Amino acid sequence: MLLAAIAIGVVIVALLWDLLLPPAREAFERFRARRAIVPNTAYDPGRERRAEQRARELLRSCVNDEEWSMYRDLGFIRVWGAMAQAPKRPGVEAQDPRTGAPYAYLVYPHKPIVAYLPQTRELLNEYCVAFPDETRPYGSARLPDSDDVLAKWMALTGDERRLIATANMHLPGRQVDPKQVRRDLWRLSQWERDRLRRAQRPEGSVPAP
Amino acid sequence: MKFLRMKPGHGEVLIAEGDVDVAADEERLVEEFRRQLDQGLWAAVPSRTPAGRRQAQMVKAFDEIPRDADRVIFFPRAAGGA
Repeated sequence: MLLAAIAIGVVIVALLWDLLLPPAREAFERFRARRAIVPNTAYDPGRERRAEQRARELLRSCVNDEEWSMYRDLGFIRVWGAMAQAPKRPGVEAQDPRTGAPYAYLVYPHKPIVAYLPQTRELLNEYCVAFPDETRPYGSARLPDSDDVLAKWMALTGDERRLIATANMHLPGRQVDPKQVRRDLWRLSQWERDRLRRAQRPEGSVPAP
Repeated sequence: MKFLRMKPGHGEVLIAEGDVDVAADEERLVEEFRRQLDQGLWAAVPSRTPAGRRQAQMVKAFDEIPRDADRVIFFPRAAGGA
């Protein structure tokens, strides 16, 4: 009789164990998760805005007045190429007749660098390059926009060859819409014309309506 | 001389500051410079040419930093993007 009671008791305990263990374990895990200290890496627009403000000040202190005004007004910076010849187009092996022609880059935040010929506005290449910070201090490897532009500007003016060698080169239009680039080049020419006109105007004079 | 480092979500951060003419400061700056480069960062010194043009000088060793430079900017090394 006693043996039967013990056997029944064991069976009951085994059944209850199967029934009660999973919810108990789940409750314990939930309790632990609630108590765990989780680093706050959520996107904070205020933090990003302050970071961008600091980055803009740093950019402003490094580039010249014209470049800063260009970035402020147009959203990109033009950097003149300093290599002896314009970068080759992918797949073109023959001697390029444009060798020696002045060339420049348009530097956008978090977009490829676009090389072009200012005289003809011909787009040459896109250079896809990024500056990822793998320490990810706030969960993201992405620098503020103006820091990205400054990093590209420093790398281009400091060691153009190395940056171009590091970047992935593509034909124009892979990521940046050529229509948008042409429109930006047109905006740049208008902007330069206005700037020149303002510089030539005698101080204190007011343009005719 | 100031060492600044670009950081996501923050902008630049002052990581070291010192006078290169003071031996102890210079030693500290050299150590910090190496540490940053060992972490894979690039270093640049913004400068101005005699003609007034602004540019940057990429530096790979502490000796390459002009003695009169007021700041060195560290930023993540470039990688080919998509």
